Amino acid sequence: MQPSVTVAAPAPASAAATPLLDVERVSKRFVTPEGPFTAIDDVSFTVAPGEFVSVIGPSGCGKSTLFNIIGGLVGDYEGRVRVAGTGITGTHAGIGMVFQEESTFPWRTVLENVAFPLELAGMQKEERLARARHFVSLVGLSGFERRHPAELSGGMRQRVSIARTLASEPAILLMDEPFAALDEQTRVILGDKVLQIQQQLKQTTLLITHNLTEAVQLSDRVLVMTYRPGRLKRIVDIELPHPRDSDVVGSERFGRYVAEIWHDLREEATRGLEADEAQARAAGPRS
Amino acid sequence: MSETPATARSRMAAHAAGAGTVLAGVVLVEALIRAGVINGFVVPLPSAILAAFPRVIVEENVLHRFWQTTQEVMWAALLLAVFGVGLGALLYRYRLLRRACETWVAALAAAPIVLMYPLFLVIFGRSATTIVAIGFAAGLSAVILKTVEGLAGTRRVLLDVGRSFRLTPAQQFRMILLPSALPSIFVGLRLGLIFAMINIVGVEFLINFGGLGQLINDLAERYDLPATYAAIFFVVLVSVVFFVVTERLERWAQRSA
Repeated sequence: MQPSVTVAAPAPASAAATPLLDVERVSKRFVTPEGPFTAIDDVSFTVAPGEFVSVIGPSGCGKSTLFNIIGGLVGDYEGRVRVAGTGITGTHAGIGMVFQEESTFPWRTVLENVAFPLELAGMQKEERLARARHFVSLVGLSGFERRHPAELSGGMRQRVSIARTLASEPAILLMDEPFAALDEQTRVILGDKVLQIQQQLKQTTLLITHNLTEAVQLSDRVLVMTYRPGRLKRIVDIELPHPRDSDVVGSERFGRYVAEIWHDLREEATRGLEADEAQARAAGPRS
Repeated sequence: MSETPATARSRMAAHAAGAGTVLAGVVLVEALIRAGVINGFVVPLPSAILAAFPRVIVEENVLHRFWQTTQEVMWAALLLAVFGVGLGALLYRYRLLRRACETWVAALAAAPIVLMYPLFLVIFGRSATTIVAIGFAAGLSAVILKTVEGLAGTRRVLLDVGRSFRLTPAQQFRMILLPSALPSIFVGLRLGLIFAMINIVGVEFLINFGGLGQLINDLAERYDLPATYAAIFFVVLVSVVFFVVTERLERWAQRSA
């Protein structure tokens, strides 16, 4: 059976009648010493409640810029971002962010890290620690509550970051390549964990990634972006059965989805490599 | 982090090795002086220094002087913590101010401030205030520079986490910047305290006023070398006390962050 592929760029990809996240015609231009350049151009898509959507693209396509715009960390862009129909400027309580770089607080224990947003919300100590314990157990770190991040592996620290963000109970979980620094096996297993949590909580999730396997394994839809300027090239509906786990990676349908997306992605990645080489050539040798 | 029995044994062994090394050094110096390798008129016998302790404690009122010097160091430490960390935070917050002042602050670290004691005497008189003021001035730049370094070294992603949780600037400072900079701030405080203490004892010695510095001056002028060294031991003790206190404070601050 051929995977179902929806070609929907550049028109907005409508996920449902009332999307939870609506990104409408977003563009971002930067002024650099080499001149102005467009990082992302006219990107529109929506994410429905409970949906898992991945944005995939080659390095330099503006994925992280898009992450920062949706998360409210970057302003001064064109277009609109709406959460549950309300336009947002700046950070929003409904969006919880998980960063690519290791971002646990090294001076706090696992439990204290996860309890951080609850502390901000003014929750009483006993209540917030009990609640934090629930999220620690959700990411499979029970027994490590009193450890400091320095005593954990990279994968465990990323799970602490995810638990901390989940503890703030965001409407939308926004993740920027959270497993990029991990080895492939850990990445697949943690992907399983994230999917399991997402299905359990029915958590609306937007994942920024450059990993094809990860995108297909986890997502309901994959948005493929072009190399600079980042535009939406294609939207692929992943119709693999739910509940899903890493076993799906070996299936024939999975392979067809990966091949389908790779076909588009290879073109963009090649363009990116050629652009990098041209830039290096233009810069000349270092004296 | 709880300590395992193996870690506790290793810590005890390190303490025992440290004490053993000091003891071996003392025995070696004693032997070298008795053998005539080290001139006994320049360096007194460690056994003579040990014998001078009761005399220094009873006749020279060393405990009172120890307390006087400790109080001066304590005041200087307090001023360093308040103004040093505060100014460091200001320099971090206002980039223009930092670019304008950082070089001057660094230059101040290398300046022999103790030589300005006549100016301080004119301003504050021959008093403990002069001693504290010089100690404070001597330690200030180290605290400022290490505070700026610690705050500026906070990882960008941690600040982004704070922004994503919509922290106010005050919360961002208290919950992220400050805990992240604490190790560097405490390094600065320890360095500042070293400079402050050297200058405090030095000025006590120079203006013949106050605690242990004045006592060392008196004993040295009497050429009572064993008692001089015994008094110097109490200066080292002040330093040890402040190091232990700052270490405990750092642990407490890390836990409370």
